[in-house]
Amino acid sequence: MFIPHTDDERKVMLETIGKTSLEELFNVVPQKYRYPNLDLPVGLSEMEVLEQIQDLADANDACDNLVCFLGAGAYDHYTPAVVDSLLRRGEFFTAYTPYQPEISQGTLQAIFEYQSLIAHLTGMEVCNASHYDGATAAAEACITAYHHFQGKRKTFLLSPAVHPDYRATIRTYLCGFEGKLIQGDEPNQDPLSTPESLIPSIDGNTALVLVQYPDFFGRIFDLSNLVKKAHEAGSLIAVAVNPIALGLIKAPGEIGVDIVVGDGQPLGIPLSFGGPTLGLFATRKELIRKVSGRIVGETMDAQGRRGYVLTLTAREQHIRREKSTSNICTNQGLMALAATIYLSLLGKQGLRKISELCYQKAHYAAQNIGKLRGFSIKTDIPFFNEFIVKCPKSISLMNNFLIDHGFLGGYDLATISPTLENHMLVAVTEKISKEMIDLFCEKLVEVANE
Amino acid sequence: MKIPADFRYTETDEWLKVDGKIITIGITDYAQNHLSDLVYCGLRAEKGAIVAKGDLIVEIDSVKASAEVNSPVSGKVLDINQSIASTPEVINTDPYGNGWFYKIEITNPADLEKLMSAEDYEKYCETRGN
Amino acid sequence: MSEPTIFELSSPGRVGFQLPEFDVPKVDFPQNLLRGNLDLPELSEIDVVRHFTRLSSLNYSIDKGFYPLGSCTMKYNPRINEVTARLPGFSFSHPLQPIKTVQGNLFLMFQLQEWLKEITGFAAVSLQPAAGAQGEFVGCLIIRAYHQDRKDYKRKIILVPDSAHGTNPASTTMAGFDVVNIPSDKRGNVDIAALKLVCNENVAGLMLTNPNTLGLFDENILEIINIIHKAGGLVYGDGANLNALLGIVRPADLGIDVMHFNLHKTFSTPHGGGGPGSGPVGVSKELADFLPEPLVGIIEKGDDEIPPLYGFFKPFKSIGRIKSFHGQFGILVRAFTYISMLGKDGLRQVSEYAVLNANYLMHKLKEKYTLPYDRTCMHEFVLEGIWNDIPDIHALDIAKRLMDYDFHPPTNYFPLIVKEALMIEPTETESKQTLDRFAEAMLKIADEAHTNPQLLHEAPHHTPVSRLDEVKAARDLVICCWPVKDN
Repeated sequence: MFIPHTDDERKVMLETIGKTSLEELFNVVPQKYRYPNLDLPVGLSEMEVLEQIQDLADANDACDNLVCFLGAGAYDHYTPAVVDSLLRRGEFFTAYTPYQPEISQGTLQAIFEYQSLIAHLTGMEVCNASHYDGATAAAEACITAYHHFQGKRKTFLLSPAVHPDYRATIRTYLCGFEGKLIQGDEPNQDPLSTPESLIPSIDGNTALVLVQYPDFFGRIFDLSNLVKKAHEAGSLIAVAVNPIALGLIKAPGEIGVDIVVGDGQPLGIPLSFGGPTLGLFATRKELIRKVSGRIVGETMDAQGRRGYVLTLTAREQHIRREKSTSNICTNQGLMALAATIYLSLLGKQGLRKISELCYQKAHYAAQNIGKLRGFSIKTDIPFFNEFIVKCPKSISLMNNFLIDHGFLGGYDLATISPTLENHMLVAVTEKISKEMIDLFCEKLVEVANE
Repeated sequence: MKIPADFRYTETDEWLKVDGKIITIGITDYAQNHLSDLVYCGLRAEKGAIVAKGDLIVEIDSVKASAEVNSPVSGKVLDINQSIASTPEVINTDPYGNGWFYKIEITNPADLEKLMSAEDYEKYCETRGN
Repeated sequence: MSEPTIFELSSPGRVGFQLPEFDVPKVDFPQNLLRGNLDLPELSEIDVVRHFTRLSSLNYSIDKGFYPLGSCTMKYNPRINEVTARLPGFSFSHPLQPIKTVQGNLFLMFQLQEWLKEITGFAAVSLQPAAGAQGEFVGCLIIRAYHQDRKDYKRKIILVPDSAHGTNPASTTMAGFDVVNIPSDKRGNVDIAALKLVCNENVAGLMLTNPNTLGLFDENILEIINIIHKAGGLVYGDGANLNALLGIVRPADLGIDVMHFNLHKTFSTPHGGGGPGSGPVGVSKELADFLPEPLVGIIEKGDDEIPPLYGFFKPFKSIGRIKSFHGQFGILVRAFTYISMLGKDGLRQVSEYAVLNANYLMHKLKEKYTLPYDRTCMHEFVLEGIWNDIPDIHALDIAKRLMDYDFHPPTNYFPLIVKEALMIEPTETESKQTLDRFAEAMLKIADEAHTNPQLLHEAPHHTPVSRLDEVKAARDLVICCWPVKDN
C-alpha cells in the first residue's frame, strides 16, 4: 500500500544484488517455519477502512455526546483548536527523537520550553522531558529516591489517597528491588486518611513519602508539616499533582517538596480512552543526575548561536546500559508539545482563570447536590474540582440511568473500598455550564426517586 | 600517554601515589582520554569517613560515558579534593596532579600488593588497544 | 537568527485563549492554600501559532526526507492514521466509562490483540506497555514471575548479547536480574560456544534480538533457543526488528517465549519527536497468566442476534499494573488502521521490500565502505564509518556531512561491537530513486573524506545550527528558562 516499487524496479534491484527472487532473501529462515499462512483479512482501501473504523467509533457513547462528571485521573477539559492544528504538522509528528540536534532544533527547543513551563508551574528547579504517564512518573520517583540513598533506605510510604493505578504501578516497578517495603496504603488503612497520618510511619529507613495534591478524592491539604517531618527523618517527599489545579493552589516547590510527578492529560491532551498521556517529573537541581528520562539543555554552536541538545545523556540506557537507573528510551514527545502549546496559549492569566472556573463550578455543583434529599457531601476539607457524594442508591445503577439522560456520572468509589459503597467521586471542569449542573441535579433527584 | 613511574595502578585505571600509609588516588591519563571531556565529578565519601575496599567513592560523567571509581583500598579518608566537583575538566588536563580525588590512610597494607607498577600498567594498556 | 523562547516573546497581559465567563456564584478560596506567583509567559494566539510554526521548520522529519536509521524503522506515517485516531467517538472516550458505552474501543483493542497474535504466533498479547522499553521491562518481569511461580529462586541471571540495544541490560537490571554479556561470532551470530559455557540452572533467560542489531538473522536461531530451553530458561525476543519478519516467519514458531513489538516502528505509528510509542507484549501459552492487567476479552458471549460484550480482565497470575488505564489507545487505533489497510498480503510485502531495500543499499555502499559482515542482511545492515588510511575521520563526521546532502544520518556508534558503526535501515516505503540518491551521497562523502576531510570535520554547513557544544551543555546545565523579572 505504501510501497512505491514497480515490478521493473524490483527486477533491477534484485539483479543488482545477484538474486532472482524476493524469496531468496529469506533462505536463512528455517524452512519449516518460513512463510506461515496468516489468518488475517485482506487489505482494504483507505475509504473502506475509514468506514469500518468509523463504525467502531460510532459504537461508543463518548463525551462529545455526554456531559462528563467523571474524573478520577482523566479530565474532560476543552482543547483549543490551535493545539491540534500545530500537532498535525508533519515536521513535529513525523520527526524522530532529537539525537541529531542540528536538524532537530524545533523539537529540542519545544521540549526546553516544556521543561521550563512545568518547572515554573510546579515551583521546582528542574524538569525532564516527560515520562509515559503520572503512574510511571511516580514509580520513577521511587526509583530516583532509591538510588539517591544508594539502596540504603528501602521503605516507600504511600498515602492511600494516591490514585490506585499509581500505587499499583509502583508495586510492579519495584518488585525486583530486594528488601524494599511499600507501606501506608494497606487495605486496612482508611482510604480517606489525611497526609498527616503518614507521619508516625516515617523513620530512618524511609526513602520516599508520596502523597497526591489535590488527592485522588479532590481534597487539598496543607502539606508543610508533612514535608517538615519527612525531611527531619532524612527522607525525600514527592507529590503527584493535577497541573490545572496548580493555577490556583500553592506550588509544591513553595512547600519544599523534593519531587513533583503527575499526569499532564488536562493540559490540552484529549481523553482518548486514557492514552497516550503525559508523565510530569520535576525535582530539585541536586537530584538531577539520579533522574531518568531525557533532558534538554541550552548551549551554543561553533558560530556562537544559541541551540539546544539532549544532555546528561550519560545517565541514560544507551550509555550506562545495565548501570542506568531506568531503561526509559522514549518520552511522550508529541504530548509534551501539546502541553507546551496549551500552556503558551493560556499563559499566566488563562491558567489562573481556568483553574478558578473548575473550582467555582465544582463548588456550585457540590452545594446544590448537597441540598438534594438523600445526597450528602463531605465538605469539611477544602477541595479543588472533585468531591465525594454519598448517594441513596448504588453508583452503577445511578450511572446507568444518567447515561440514558446524556450524563456521564462520577466514579464509583466502591471500587476503591467497601467502606465507600454508594459513594460517587464527581468532577467538574470549565466545560460544564451552570445549566448543565442544574439539570444534572434534577436527574439525580429523578433516579433517587425511581 | 602519560604513566608516572613512581605511581601504582589498578586494572580499573586508577593511580595511587603511596606515601607510607597514606595514598592519594585519581584516574589515569588513559582513563580520562577514553572518557573524553568530563562534565561531572561527584565524590561520594566525606572527609573522615571509613571506606572499605570496593566501596563506590567517585562518580564521573563525560558527555558520552559514565564511570565509577570503587576504592582499591580500605581505610580512612583524610582529605578530599574540594574543588574537583566544580571543575571536573581538571581531570582531563591534569589527571595526576590537580585531578586527584582523595587522600586515604590505609588500614590493610596487603591491599597495595595487588597494584601494578607503571611498567605493568603500560603493558596492560597496550594489550587493550583502543 | 535563533527563534526566541516563549518566555522571551512574552508580553504582560496577553492571553492566547479566551475562556467563558463565570456563570456560577463564587465562593472564597482558603488563603493559606492559595498560590503566590505564577510565572508563565503571556502570548496571543498568533504569537503561539507563529512561534511553533517557525520551530517546526527547523526540524527534519519523515515528511521532509529519508531517515536511514537502523533499528528505528522510520517508515512513512500514513495520514489516514491521524484521521481515525481523532474520530470523536475515540478521542472523547473517558478510560473509566462503563464498558457498555465503549464497545467500539474494546472491540478494536481485542481485534488488535488477535491480529498481533496471528502475525507473531503468540498465544496471548497485552496492549498495555507504553513503549518498547516498557514492553521489555514487562517481559523481564514475566520471566521473573514464571520462575518464582515454579519456586525456582536461584535463577538470577539474564544473558544479553553484546550487540543488544542499551534498553535490554537496563530492563533486566530494573527487574532485579544480573546481566551476563554474550559475545557474537565472526559471522555476526550469537557465539554458541560462549553461550553453552554460561548456560546453567542460574540462568533465567536470554534476551535475543533477531534479526540482531547487525541486521542479521541468526543462522543458529533454533539451536540457541533450544540450549536455553534445555537449561530451563526462557527466551525473550526484542521485537524492534520485526519489520523484517512480517509474513516471513512467526517468532513464537521459532520458540521465543515472550516478545515486545514497537508499534511506532513496525506498525507505522508516528515517532512524534520522541514519543508517544507503544510496546505490546506477546507471550506463549505457558506465560499467558502472567501478563500485566488489564487485558481485553469477551466478558459475555454473544449469539446470532447479540454481539459479544467486550471488557477487561486480570490474568490469573498477573505481574500487576504497569501504568494507569489501558495503554496508549490513540496509538493502538493507528496500528489497527495500518494493519486493516495492509491485510495479510500487504504485511508480507512490507518485509519483503524492507529486506530488498536494505540489501540493495548494502550492495551499493560496500563499494567504498567496510562491511564487517558480508552476507545477506535482513532489513538493516551495519558499515564501519572509518577507513584505515584516514583514521582521523570518524562515523560522527560522516553523519554530520550527510546533513549537508539533506539526509538524516544513520544510527551511529551502535551496535557497540562494530568500530565507528553506521547502522542503516531504509524501510520499505523508500523508493529506488531515494536509495540511489542516498548511496550517491554516501559514496561522494567517502571520496570527500579522502580528498577534503575538513568538509566532514566542520560539517554540517547548511543546517539551522552547526555542531553544538555538548560539553558546555552538560557542564553549565541550563535546562530551564527563567522569566524576565518585571521591574
